[in-house]
Amino acid sequence: MKNIDLEKRFQEKIDQEIRIEPRDWMPEKYRKTLIRQISQHAHSEVVGMLPEGNWITRAPSLRRKVALLAKVQDEAGHGLYLYSACETLGVKREDLVNDLLAGKAKYSSIFNYPTLTWADIGAIGWLVDGAAIMNQVPLCRTSYGPYARAMVRICKEESFHQRQGYEILLTLVRGSAEQKEMAQDALNRWWWPSLMMFGPSDKDSVHTAESMKWKIKRFSNDELRQKFIDMTVPQAEFLGLTVPDPDLKFNEETGHYDFGEIDWAEFWQVVKGYGQCNEERLEARNKAHDNGAWVREAADAYARKQEKRERQMSA
Amino acid sequence: MMDSKQKYILHLADNALILGQRIAEWCGHGPVLEQDIALTNMSLDLIGQSRLYYQYLADLGGNGKTEDDFAFMRKEHEYLNCLLVEQPNGDFGKTIVRQFFYDVFHFLQLELLSRGNDEQLTAIALKSLKEVKYHLNYSSKWVVRLGDGTEESNARAQKAVNTLWKYTGELFEWTEYEKEAIAAGIFPEPDKLENEWANKVHQVLDEAHLQVPELPYMQTGGKNGRHTEHMGYILTELQYMQRAYPGLEW
Repeated sequence: MKNIDLEKRFQEKIDQEIRIEPRDWMPEKYRKTLIRQISQHAHSEVVGMLPEGNWITRAPSLRRKVALLAKVQDEAGHGLYLYSACETLGVKREDLVNDLLAGKAKYSSIFNYPTLTWADIGAIGWLVDGAAIMNQVPLCRTSYGPYARAMVRICKEESFHQRQGYEILLTLVRGSAEQKEMAQDALNRWWWPSLMMFGPSDKDSVHTAESMKWKIKRFSNDELRQKFIDMTVPQAEFLGLTVPDPDLKFNEETGHYDFGEIDWAEFWQVVKGYGQCNEERLEARNKAHDNGAWVREAADAYARKQEKRERQMSA
Repeated sequence: MMDSKQKYILHLADNALILGQRIAEWCGHGPVLEQDIALTNMSLDLIGQSRLYYQYLADLGGNGKTEDDFAFMRKEHEYLNCLLVEQPNGDFGKTIVRQFFYDVFHFLQLELLSRGNDEQLTAIALKSLKEVKYHLNYSSKWVVRLGDGTEESNARAQKAVNTLWKYTGELFEWTEYEKEAIAAGIFPEPDKLENEWANKVHQVLDEAHLQVPELPYMQTGGKNGRHTEHMGYILTELQYMQRAYPGLEW
């Protein structure tokens, strides 16, 4: 079959909402786009362990410590499923990880912001996981089967994390003045970066059109951002916290919140590697990887020896 | 003042908490994602176990103290964990060897506890045994993998064995509160425990091509509240929030 026919059939399947599976024919660009997106997503899960991991040893109660450990562990698990989903597209996890370590692959910029107080753990759960869910729920219906299936599992866990984060903040705002201040400060620092998680505005987004045609994406960046704001502002009100945007206002006509201009200069600064923690995050990942090299080599060497011994036994 | 049974429970709780806290330091920094997850699992199990003991203590105390008061609001010398569990993680090899020495002991200890006459402790021990059986399996396998892996991994594992060996004697040096727990039948008849521990440790180290060190002296004191220099730093992080913001709900 000619490539043109294959491509036509591929698009028909997409239009009919038939999932694309690893053995199916797909345009090279579709494969590349997915590899980029899924691996970035996997890297984000793994790098995302660091800012929250920063508070595990200092969590304020045993209950919170256990919940945070379990949450960060879930993220490691998400990283694993996503790397596996990505491997179905014919790449190796090792190569993807090496790209991350070399600074060649991207991950979500939000993790280049520091976690300064315990309230940040609440804010990350509520806002960052909340924004991630907005992005990810539509991905449960994304056209590529293994990615969609990984996302179903991930979304379930993420919504649990989000509730947990919100509950941390709820406890703070019902506590002392100092605790409430801590919660407000966290919202002040995490609000705008969370909005930036949806990516550049549609008019500046280079990947959106094609990804929509292929149903990798189903909503544009701006649509998702608006949905997130509409959902989150009432939650902030319920907490009694002030969203740090003087232009934020409910628009009766549109039924949505109008909001202020995002500081895209800051967005690009962090994306380009100049956020407060970009270097530290990559350094931490590299350190873990380098310190683990001898362990991985030992496990491989042992597995080879075992195999040899088994062969000798059965010979 | 705590009676000897309460001290005994506190000791069990502190062992679990401090080792759990130590392993938690790995979360996000493991040698490979799969092992990161496995280490975190053990940390979760241990901190979970410590909570059961602290909650039991809170019930026994009847003075309104909570699990967090026990976990976070004591001075260093009031923690009764053994020295082994507070030792720094070092490299993955040291963490594994520490875990292995402790797991062998922990498993045997829980088996005895599960046959003791304190209903609550028996229940906690039975629940914990399921988890610790897995920990022991994990750490034993890794000791063998590292010992019988590469030259480097063997050398690192051997170094860890040599460094940590001196903290293993304390496990079997019964404190007053342990002696009373033994006499009371809470922790019944641990006479064979040390031998069983040594047999299992020798067997695994042997399989791993690792040498058992011969040391003339052991280090001891943690179970009576005299710790190594590391303990203060563990508590500095562990207690940070409770010390900086006393008396609040989180």
